[in-house]
Amino acid sequence: MNARWWFALIAVTMSVGASAQTVTIGSKNFTENYILAEIASQLLESRGYDVVRRQGLNGTKISFEALDNRAIDLYPEYSGTISEVILNRPELASYESIRTALRQDGFDVLDPIGFNNAYALAVTETFAAEHGLETISDLMQLPDLAVGVSHEFLRRSDGWPGLKAAYGLPYTASGMEHSLGYEAIATGDIDVTAAYTTDGEIERSRLRVLDDDLGYFPTYLAMFMLHADVPDDVRAIVATLSGTIDAQRMREMNLAALDPDTSIVEVASAFLVSEGLADEGISGPTFLPQLARNVQRHLKLTGIALGLAVLLGVGFALVVYRHRLVSNLFLQFTGLMQTIPSIALLALLIPLVGVGEAPAIIALFLYSLLPIARNTITAIQAIPPGYRQVAAAMAMSRTQELRYVMLPLAMPHVIAGVRTAAVICIGTATLAAFIGAGGLGDPIVTGLALNDSRLILQGAIPAAVLAVFTEIFFSGVERALVVPHMRSSQRS
Amino acid sequence: MPPAVVFDSVSLTRGTVRALDDVSVRMPGGQTTAVLGASGSGKSTLVQLAMGLLRPDKGSVSVLGAPVDYSDPRPLRRRIGYAIQDVALLPHLSIERNIRLPAELIGWDEARIAARLDELLDMMELPTDVLPRYPHELSGGQQQRAGISRAMMLQPELLLLDEPFSGLDAMTRQGIHERFLALREREPVAAVLVTHEPQEAVNLASYLVVMRDGRVLQDGPVADVIASPADEYVRKLCTGLAGVAA
Repeated sequence: MNARWWFALIAVTMSVGASAQTVTIGSKNFTENYILAEIASQLLESRGYDVVRRQGLNGTKISFEALDNRAIDLYPEYSGTISEVILNRPELASYESIRTALRQDGFDVLDPIGFNNAYALAVTETFAAEHGLETISDLMQLPDLAVGVSHEFLRRSDGWPGLKAAYGLPYTASGMEHSLGYEAIATGDIDVTAAYTTDGEIERSRLRVLDDDLGYFPTYLAMFMLHADVPDDVRAIVATLSGTIDAQRMREMNLAALDPDTSIVEVASAFLVSEGLADEGISGPTFLPQLARNVQRHLKLTGIALGLAVLLGVGFALVVYRHRLVSNLFLQFTGLMQTIPSIALLALLIPLVGVGEAPAIIALFLYSLLPIARNTITAIQAIPPGYRQVAAAMAMSRTQELRYVMLPLAMPHVIAGVRTAAVICIGTATLAAFIGAGGLGDPIVTGLALNDSRLILQGAIPAAVLAVFTEIFFSGVERALVVPHMRSSQRS
Repeated sequence: MPPAVVFDSVSLTRGTVRALDDVSVRMPGGQTTAVLGASGSGKSTLVQLAMGLLRPDKGSVSVLGAPVDYSDPRPLRRRIGYAIQDVALLPHLSIERNIRLPAELIGWDEARIAARLDELLDMMELPTDVLPRYPHELSGGQQQRAGISRAMMLQPELLLLDEPFSGLDAMTRQGIHERFLALREREPVAAVLVTHEPQEAVNLASYLVVMRDGRVLQDGPVADVIASPADEYVRKLCTGLAGVAA
């Protein structure tokens, strides 16, 4: 019996043994958070638990909403973020006071992991040497600096606005993806970026962290934040990670993950093995099964959303086409949906339906409605009235009129609408990964967080291929449902 | 035999246009009545009223001996065959499906449909090789013969034809006229033919209704109208008309 059979046997045994012991672990979309979440995931898996990973959640708000809705059981968070952003009580400085406050709200935190990942401002070593910069106050000698920081940092009360006020900085900061800040500072597009003190890029890009001489930034002790309902056995296992990672260790792991040939799964596994917490290293899921899983999830999201949109879009159009006012109102509503930026729509849906698949499907459904409903209503209204007279003269019932006259005559346009909606859906669904719905957006979001274009392409190329296949599929649908001389390709 | 269609003091406004103004006319049963007039005279409106597609503002319409039941005009429509000029045939169905459709809708069995289809093809002189084709693949004359075949599928008691032969060249039209007369000889159904061609009216009909601006100028047996036109307009229409159909 070869190794693969053994593995399969073990997997089956484990899945039978671990009946309801499933833990869902989330992470935010930056390298360190991925690594910490992955370490906790592998640790639990090595103890026989099933772990669902919802990694790459887009920022604190979405991560916390996910925890609040119990879409995830736990994720790595930072003390400063908890007191400033989540509890909105900046006066809570100590770990104990934060834990007490969280417990009152139905959450909990485990003992700190062992490092402080504070915000910091960073400049290149050369730039620092050139201008003799050591502290944030030193920046004041240079009145004209380009500052680029992450979108979250730009808005947080303990981020840019407070920092600017505390030091009296005269600069206007621009917002960008966190990892892009390192690229921009390397190319000289910006002079100053916001960094995390444990970022691997600090070493790799030869940056200098400016000393927070006024003591503005709160401390950001990393710790696992969890829902109060998480069972004690799970807590106990994850708590073994407390105090195991210092800042230097974290920086090394962050730097290791930046290497395109080393996956986060491998970094986490190497850590667990070296700490004696797991017996043997595991390598990341191999390319093909990963791709298959992402494609499958992507098709599920778009398929359900599109199916619902076809039912409702075509169905509603058939009901309202006689009433011009209702038709127009419906079209305006669906048009309005289309104008809401997709990531904003996803974020708006989270308080209502949580994170994961549900909000993604609802958003994709809302985006698909417009092209489908508009094409159907327009197609039906464009049918020459003579055909409807003929239908009436043949004493057709409403259903017969739909079946023999309206639908076949409108069909080419209806299919064109569904086809457009499907292609939009495939593209937009890549954003679903930001709220933990998975799919082909997963490698894209992770790739953005890790600044790894190879990973981004692993999502982008299959998504493009999928869109092409969708086109081909709907050509087939048209061939099956529409007689040749009425197909859209036959008309000019 | 009851009259085919009776209009009693019918007035109807469509949008802002007075389509019919106090129209009273009896179209005899068992014969072909031609409704003759220029476009906008209200002649198509008469046909749509006879099917219950429109409802008069004033007056009443009776068809095949009974007033039109507007709450459910479908039983009446099943006794009527209807053919119009252009879009009569459904473009996504073959000619065979088009002609069979009225019978399929009310659930005739296959043998009955096939027998009736053969009869109609024979009467209208349609070759069987047109059956699998789509309407746009047929000549104008063949399309109209297929349209009339469909209107006749259910052996209706009344045939309503709204300018079905317009837009055909003279030769083709003459061929169709012959088919129509042969058809009426075998199945003497009451027919109402809307046309703007005086010669066509005279060739095919025995009763004539002349319309202008929503009013009936004159109606009566074709020979009577030709012999004593009611006014100058009717006289001009009838000038030079030859031959009277039986």
